[in-house]
Parts: sequence; C-alpha cells; structure tokens
Amino acid sequence: VEDTRRQQPNVQRMELLGATVAPVEAGSGTLKDATSEAIRDWVTNVGRTHYIIGSVVGPGAVPAIVRDLQRVIGDEARAALLEREGRLPDRVVACVGGGSNAMGIFAAFVEDEGVELVGVEAGGDGLDTPRHGAPLTLGHRAGILHGSMSAIMQDADGQVVEAHSISAGLDYPGAGPEHAWLRDSGRATYVGVTDEDALRAFGTVTRLEGIIPALETAHAFHHVLEVPSDSTLDLVCLSGRGDKDLAEVLAKLRAEAA
Amino acid sequence: VSTADATVAGAERIAAAFAGSGKSAALMPYLMGGFPTSRAPGGSAWPTPTAARTSSSSACPYSDPLADGPVVAAAGARRLRAGSTLDGVLGVCETLAPRLPVVLMCYANLIYARGTERFLDALALGRRLGPDRAGPAARGGRGGRRRGRAGRASRSSARGADHAARAPGAHRRPRPRLRLHRLAHGTTGERAALADTFAETVARARAATAVPVALGFGIATPEHAAQAAAAGADGVIVGSRLVRAAAEAGDAPTAVRELVAGLADALRR
Repeated sequence: VEDTRRQQPNVQRMELLGATVAPVEAGSGTLKDATSEAIRDWVTNVGRTHYIIGSVVGPGAVPAIVRDLQRVIGDEARAALLEREGRLPDRVVACVGGGSNAMGIFAAFVEDEGVELVGVEAGGDGLDTPRHGAPLTLGHRAGILHGSMSAIMQDADGQVVEAHSISAGLDYPGAGPEHAWLRDSGRATYVGVTDEDALRAFGTVTRLEGIIPALETAHAFHHVLEVPSDSTLDLVCLSGRGDKDLAEVLAKLRAEAA
Repeated sequence: VSTADATVAGAERIAAAFAGSGKSAALMPYLMGGFPTSRAPGGSAWPTPTAARTSSSSACPYSDPLADGPVVAAAGARRLRAGSTLDGVLGVCETLAPRLPVVLMCYANLIYARGTERFLDALALGRRLGPDRAGPAARGGRGGRRRGRAGRASRSSARGADHAARAPGAHRRPRPRLRLHRLAHGTTGERAALADTFAETVARARAATAVPVALGFGIATPEHAAQAAAAGADGVIVGSRLVRAAAEAGDAPTAVRELVAGLADALRR
C-alpha cells in the first residue's frame, strides 16, 4: 500500500502493460510485506503460477538465479571499461536493498581481487536510530527471512522488525544471502547513507549529469561523491531512473523549503 | 534421540496420546499461543485443550508468518502488537503441559535467534514439554542456507513446488516423532471439502514413514475431521477455524470449547 503510493508511476506502467497490481495491507505495506504475500500466493497457486522475483532474496536457487540473470550488467560494464579505459575500476559501488543490482554488477568483478566492492545500504534517519535498512552495515546477526539466512533486522526474540528508507527499494530489513557471504569473507564492504544525503545526491546528479537517478541509486552516488577515497576510477551501477520518485522527492523538497 | 529425559518423556507422551485417544483419530486443536489474551490460555478458565484430551499444538506469534493464511497471521500480529514474547508463549505451553502434550509450532528464526540448545532447554522446562531434538530445527546451529526454507520448523515448509517429491525424502530426517502433512498447496486456512484428497495424502505419507500421520491445513468442520479419520489419518489438526472463533467471539473459551466438542464428537468411534 505504501509503495503503490510512493512508486505510483511504476504501478501505472505495470497496469498499462496489462498487469494486475494487488496492494498489500499487512505490516508496513512495503517490500518485505509484498514479498511475503507474493510467496503465499505462489504456494497457494503453485500448480498454475510462476514466482518471479527481481531481487536476490528468497528460498534456495532463487538468489542464484537472479544473480546470474542480473550479472549481464556486470559483464557488459566490465567489457566496456576495458575497451574505453583499458583498465578495471578501483571500486564498484551499488545500492543494496535486497541487493540484486549490486549482486549483478559485483558478480562480474568478484574474481578481480584488486577491485573493491562497496554496497550502499539505507541509512534512513541515521544508523544510530532504529529507522534504517542497513543490516549488513551494522553487522546484525544472521536470521531467516523469506526462506534464506542472511543479515536481518530482528529483535531479541527473532521477530523481524520493520525497516525504513526514503527509497522503496532499500526499505527492507534483510539482504540477499550472498551479500552476507561477501561481507563475512571480506570481499565486499557495506556502508549506510541517510535519507537526507541520498536526497541531496539525487539533486546533484540530476543537475550535473542530466540523469535523474532512482532514489535507491542516489544512495550509492552520495557515497562516491562525498566520502573521500583513494579511488581514481569508480563504477557505479545506475540501478534505475528517478522519474518514478519525482513526485515523492519534490514533495519532500517543498516540505523542507516551507 | 537426545539422552535428555525430557525428550523421551515428550515423545512418549505424544505416542501415548495417539495410542490412547479413544477416537478414530486424535484431535489436535491448534491455537495461537496467548491468543486472544495472554491471560486466558494459561488460566484455569481455558478449557479447550482439555476437552480435546489428546494433544494440542500451539503456535508462536511471528512477525513474518509465510505459511499462514489471513486468520492465523492476523492473530499473531495482534498478539505481537499487544507485546507477546516468546517466553510468554512458552509459559502458556508450560501451563497446559501437565494436562496434555503440547506440540509447539514455531517459525525457524525464533529458534535460531535464541540458539537451538537454549530454545530446547526452555521447552524442556519441568520435563513437561518434549522437544524432538532430532527434528529438522535441531540439526546443528549452522548451515541454515540448506535448511532455511520459508516454513515452520516442524510443519511442511511453505514452499509448495516440491510437495509431491518431499515424502520420499522424508527418511533423511532422523526419527521424527510425528509427521504433519499438508492437505493442499498454500497457507493455513479453512477450505471447502477436500475429502477426495484425504486417502491419497495419507497413503503418500504412510509410504514414507512409520510415525503417526496427522492431517491439517484446511480441516475446519466435524465433517472434514470425520472424513480425515475415515481416510486413515492418526491425527486431525484444526487451526484457523478455532483461531477465528477465538478472535470473533466475545467469550472465546466457550466458543472454542463448543467447536472442539463438536469436532471430538465427530471423531468418536
């Protein structure tokens, strides 16, 4: 329900393409709740339904299938960089909610040991508050969500707690299990960027590049633009365009100006 | 089987409940632990499981109940909003356990969060509850990637695609005490009659195990219960219908007691 509001243009596109979009009332009406409801529908109608998920979360096989399909972007970006720059990047940076775009672009560089992999999670109101979506960054202990074990936001009993992010795609209390493995093995690092910083980066990239990035991607841009680094060549995965976020962003900016 | 006495005691109690139910199948009422209020199930005014006189299953409210339909999910959400804790549910179970064997239904993450051993120790309080340490949730504390299906620790998982294929693989589970079998694909909830599938479902489970077979996920009425027993089930699990009654009735214990009595009548030999 909440995401059909803040991602209204995506809902409109899906409906134009002939899809039926069923809002989910449960929980906070965001990504976790929609994923749960999709799984319930799938197991109920499994004889005549295919479960299609865009993120690297879910029961076994699903995260690996999504990673392998998403890595087209990584393979193409790697080839393009070698062709145009004659070298690999120092860093590959991507936003992480469930983590599909990040896993897709990381997958092509995991074997390149000199390339740093950085996942940017939702810092929300701040990593020192409970309102964020950064279980990897904060080193939350492992738990089971949507059929796989990974870092999740949970209370002492193991109840999954609600995440928060200005961006719908990062508003998720878990992350794909392979991200947890990349973190634990030291191959990738994860950082958090707040709502406020992401909003600023959204405007900056739009003005500098004429590219309106998705609010999700704006988190990654903030990290690349504002956090000092020795890197001389960064590869940022532009996970989506921000047209879908315009109404939401403009409303926020108006509210701040008032 | 663990050497812990509590384990043996619990397994024996469950076996005895099946052997001595005196019915065509054991009636296994499924209730949300502490629902509708934290007081009622632990208090003497909560007669439901006693009326069943066989065994009872109790669920832990969970934040993300993938296997549950709207009725059980809403009951769990209501309990969590009211501040339900895992220890509170374990307390309810402990209060019920002297009267009849309690099977605790629980999403896996609640077990992992506490740690498998600590969770089982909590279950074994007073030797009243018999955790099955050989169950799927207890096979080591790590390796969740393999086991981490989106389901309950002891019920069939929420994933349905391998439904038909699961039974032959059941021998890999070390000595389960009880096999619960889902009647239809999907989540918990009342369904229209499924009696034409009962015999096939029981036969499939029987082919894979020697332990008692209980049918659930969709049995709501005395007629369903009698049909499940006639099809050869050792146990009949009724959940959403009872949870709905507990949610809707002004006098939840009475409403649930009457439903259980009707179900028990249908299972008299």
